[in-house]
Amino acid sequence: MSDAPDHSPTLAALSISDRLGQAMPYILIPVLVVLGFLAIGSTSSWLTLTVSGLAMGMMIFLMASGLTLVFGLMDIINFGHGAFISVGAFVGVSVLMAMGGWTTAPSLPLNLIAVLLAILAATLVTGILGWGFERVIVRPVYGQHLHQILVTVGGLIVIEQMIHVIWGPHEIFLTRPETFQGAITYWGAALEKFRLLAVVLGLIVFVTMRLVLRRTKIGLIVRAGVQNGEMVQALGYRLRLVFVGVFIAGSALAGLGGVMWGLYQEVITAGMGEEMMILVFIVVIIGGLGSVEGAFIGALLVGLTQNYIAFLEPKLALISNIGLMAVILMWRPQGMMPVVKAK
Amino acid sequence: MSDDILTLKGVYTDIAQYHILADLDLNVPRGGVTMLLGRNGVGKTTTLRTIMGLWAAKKGQITLDGTDLTALPTSDRARLGIGYVPEDMGIFTDLTVAENMILAAAGGGLDAKRMEWIFGAFPALRTFWTSEAGNLSGGQKQMLAIARAMAEERQLYLIDEPTKGLAPAIVSTMAGALRDLKKQGASILLVEQNFAVAKALGDTAAVMDDGRVIWTGEMAELANDADLQERLMGLSMETL
Repeated sequence: MSDAPDHSPTLAALSISDRLGQAMPYILIPVLVVLGFLAIGSTSSWLTLTVSGLAMGMMIFLMASGLTLVFGLMDIINFGHGAFISVGAFVGVSVLMAMGGWTTAPSLPLNLIAVLLAILAATLVTGILGWGFERVIVRPVYGQHLHQILVTVGGLIVIEQMIHVIWGPHEIFLTRPETFQGAITYWGAALEKFRLLAVVLGLIVFVTMRLVLRRTKIGLIVRAGVQNGEMVQALGYRLRLVFVGVFIAGSALAGLGGVMWGLYQEVITAGMGEEMMILVFIVVIIGGLGSVEGAFIGALLVGLTQNYIAFLEPKLALISNIGLMAVILMWRPQGMMPVVKAK
Repeated sequence: MSDDILTLKGVYTDIAQYHILADLDLNVPRGGVTMLLGRNGVGKTTTLRTIMGLWAAKKGQITLDGTDLTALPTSDRARLGIGYVPEDMGIFTDLTVAENMILAAAGGGLDAKRMEWIFGAFPALRTFWTSEAGNLSGGQKQMLAIARAMAEERQLYLIDEPTKGLAPAIVSTMAGALRDLKKQGASILLVEQNFAVAKALGDTAAVMDDGRVIWTGEMAELANDADLQERLMGLSMETL
């Protein structure tokens, strides 16, 4: 065989339109914020609505981030995810109620510790519940989408009924910890303190997830597994264990989202998770199945759009999210940042 | 210890309702390159996937250096020292070249000396170390797929059509790298349609038809006998 001719490797440079296409999802948020400002006109109203939209988006992201990874990595359609949101809310609120003295004291550290303990308890319980759910309900139906829908909806109903048994059939009203009540005024806008907390917490979770996914070997395995699980196994990794770990983490994040959503709404019901699933699925779909970044941007888009439209044209608020999904899917049918999966 | 690193005895594999492998017997000698040849659709890729456990053998036994692999999951087979390069390359396109290589070192970190050897064989990988693998050309992706298998010392390499659809210059680079691997005493089971590559690299050959091995022998014997090629594969490889 003859020797190879000189071959200097080159990499095709991405065109400007390709680069713009890749950056477009990230640009959408500032574009939407600017459009919102132009449409609303009043700086104070715009600021209030923007913070409210970001807070709502962050909380939806907390609930959706686990689901998108479960979708992408395990190809599981888990309608039971809403149950973890509800259970998280009930466990978290129960902890907060048990720490009545800490939540009613006008002390930021005590209030913060109470909220963090509530989050810890909620994520622990929903993580363990997620482990059991994966083992008992999901594992027997891997690869069977119709069965997955049926059994996970069944699991959702069973868990909701268990909430009724444990906490009673009625909704529970609650009051946020003392220092997270009320609002601060900035540039004439009233910014609810709890919403600011939700924004900060959402950002912390997003950055942490991104760091874990981008900078650790387990994150590398998860990202690779979303694309081509078979090859990850052929390289020597037990993907089943990674599946279970991601399912547990996703359930725990739903629990965290449930606590925050409960505190945001100041009322919790057994069906609250189920009701949130529509928004959560919209976020997962428009973000691109399996993409945490996509879910983050999608959640912020949903939160901001809903708040702006509810202010500008209240009658359209109910269809704003479905409309957003329709527009994005017409633009990118696989979602904004789809993960390229092996055939 | 047997001279065969890998043995398949009476292996049957079904895919859905189709019987793909039927009573397959195959021995891969330790050290050297065994070519797995045959027409399209005779079960070569299925054989490699069955060895890796990606498709379950319905019956039969697969042993690697005396260890029964039959009941082991894919990940355990890989950890026993099988490097696998699938026909579609299995590249993680959203990950960088570096990340693809880091994943390939399941037992720990990348060995610097081994990486120098890999970069010597495939300089393009050093050039595009931090680039997304999805942006590489087809040939560069194939280099990465083989480099991934070479990232750690393996007992056996299973390589499925590494030169398929590649430009002659890249085929030559690929053949050079495999020759280098062979010189180090590696055991390789190679599915290859490019006759020149098969002839240059193969020590022994197994020809498959209808899900079973119908001929085994020296690669040189097969390469020099056009009638035998015609009889086993329905065409002379010299004409390819």
